[in-house]
Order: sequence, then structure tokens, then C-alpha cells
Amino acid sequence: MTLELFIFYLFAVITLSSAVGVVTARNPVYAALFLILAFFTSAATWVLLEAEFLGVVLVLVYVGAVMVLFLFVIMMLDIKIDTLKEGMVRYLPLGLVVAVTVVAEMIFVMKSSTFDRAIPEPTPLSTNNTKALGEILYTEYMYPFEIAAVILVVAIIAAISLTLRRREGVKKQNQSEQVKTKKSDRLRVVKMGSEQRTEKRMEERVEQQTGDRT
Amino acid sequence: MIPLSHFLILGAILFSIAVAGIFINRKNMIILLMCIELMLLAVNLNFIAFSHYLGDMSGQVFVFFILTVAAAEAAIGLAILITVFRNRRTINVQELDQMKG
Repeated sequence: MTLELFIFYLFAVITLSSAVGVVTARNPVYAALFLILAFFTSAATWVLLEAEFLGVVLVLVYVGAVMVLFLFVIMMLDIKIDTLKEGMVRYLPLGLVVAVTVVAEMIFVMKSSTFDRAIPEPTPLSTNNTKALGEILYTEYMYPFEIAAVILVVAIIAAISLTLRRREGVKKQNQSEQVKTKKSDRLRVVKMGSEQRTEKRMEERVEQQTGDRT
Repeated sequence: MIPLSHFLILGAILFSIAVAGIFINRKNMIILLMCIELMLLAVNLNFIAFSHYLGDMSGQVFVFFILTVAAAEAAIGLAILITVFRNRRTINVQELDQMKG
């Protein structure tokens, strides 16, 4: 067994066992963490297949963005784990039958002489993987690339408009209203005729005091 | 060298684990989304294995587009999940039967 084959088997075992962990974990947080491990080891397998750029993209986009989003949502929602796991044993036999059948059929096909060939020796690349991918992506696949950008914009708009909500009766600041206010909106000058009356009362009091003395 | 069939079988087993996961986690919507991600990962592995075997870069371009669409799908799926949870207070798929006649 060559070193390369040993590394492949190592990563394959880790990927498959973490995939089983995703499926069987009781806690969704554990499932998400197992999925991160599966993505990471898959990225290593891709690098083994000389797809270095996509391996790095898988780690950055999936482990860095998508899985963090998953964990964020799991921890934000108040999920009752116990009720969600009911009936897991009930559907386990059916799931196992379907899975084993799929695997058996696929292996039966892939062990045929069409696919059971050694991957050709890596030809010394004229350029690196990233440059080759970029050259084909920006020439031959230019329009699909732009459509992918449009899909991402649509996804952003859809995600924001789905989760945006306006609640009634919430006290909050309205900055534009605050900036637009004038002096007359805030300050009110009140005319009061009370000063004259106090003077008169003072005079009366003085007169009373002088009258008492005399 | 590693034969091509090894990578294809790895992808097949990964895919079928995800299929079994959809069967046995019929209630938890988050795990269902994760199983879909696992399926897409298996498909991507097949694309990259064939791309390397045939020496054609187009397979890797397809993986690039699948990654883009899968990221968009995950974002919208989680947004729908949050909206459902806000309205129904549950993410149990079997309780989401308002459209049932």
C-alpha cells in the first residue's frame, strides 16, 4: 500500500464516520460539528485529486460561512430535541435497506472494468490549478459565472426579505424625524400673568405689617 | 496510484448515508438540510474525481457552480426555517400540515 493510498483511506474513514455522526447525533449542534469535520476531510480528499483551489474554497465557504450560519440558526432557535428524535428507530430499518441497496448497486457498477482503472500519473502542470480554473472560468464559462452571481444576489434578497419583520408597538428612534425637528417643535414659550399679582400681594403684605406696628 | 473506483465508491457511500439520514431524521428540518449538503458533497467528489481522471477542467468549474448554488440554497433554506419557527414554534416536519386539505 502506497502512502497516497493510505492517506486516502484515512481521510475516507474519517469522512464516512463523521457523516454517520451527522445522521445519528441526538443534538443538532453535534451534527453540525460532525458536518464540519466531513467537509474538512473532503477538502483534503479534493486536494489529493489535485483540485487545490476547490479544496480551499470548500473550507472557506462551507466551514467558514455556511456551517457558521447553521450553528447560528441552531443556537438561535429554541428546539426541543427529545420530541424531534421520536420515531428514529422506527424508520431506521427502511433507511438502512435503501442505503445498503444504493451502495450495493453503485459498487456493482463501479467495480466494472470501465471505472476500475488507475488514475493516470499526474502530468506536470504547465500552470497551477487556480490559474487553469480561472482561465477556463472567465472565458468559456463567462455567462454561467455571471448567472451564478445573479443567483447569489437573489439569495441575499430572498433571505433578507423572508426574515425581515416589522413588529407593532415597538418604541424606537426615527433618526430622520429627529434631524428634521425645528425649534418650534420642541420649545414652547408660555405667557404667565402671575408676576403682577405677586407684586400686589407683596404690597398688601407690607401694608399689613406696617399697620400692625402702628 | 489510487484507482478511480475508490473515489466513486466513497462518493456513493457518502450519498447513501445522506439518503438514510433523510429517512431516519424525518422530523428535524435542520438535519434534513444537513443531509442535503452531504449529498451535494458526494456529487462534488464524483465531479472532481472524473475531472482529474479525464484531465478536463470543466468538471471543477461545475463543482464551483454547485458550491455557489448550494450556498444560496442553504441561506434561503435557513431563512425559511426561521420564518416557519416564528410562525409555528416548531421545526418538526410532521407538524407542518397547514396545507393539508
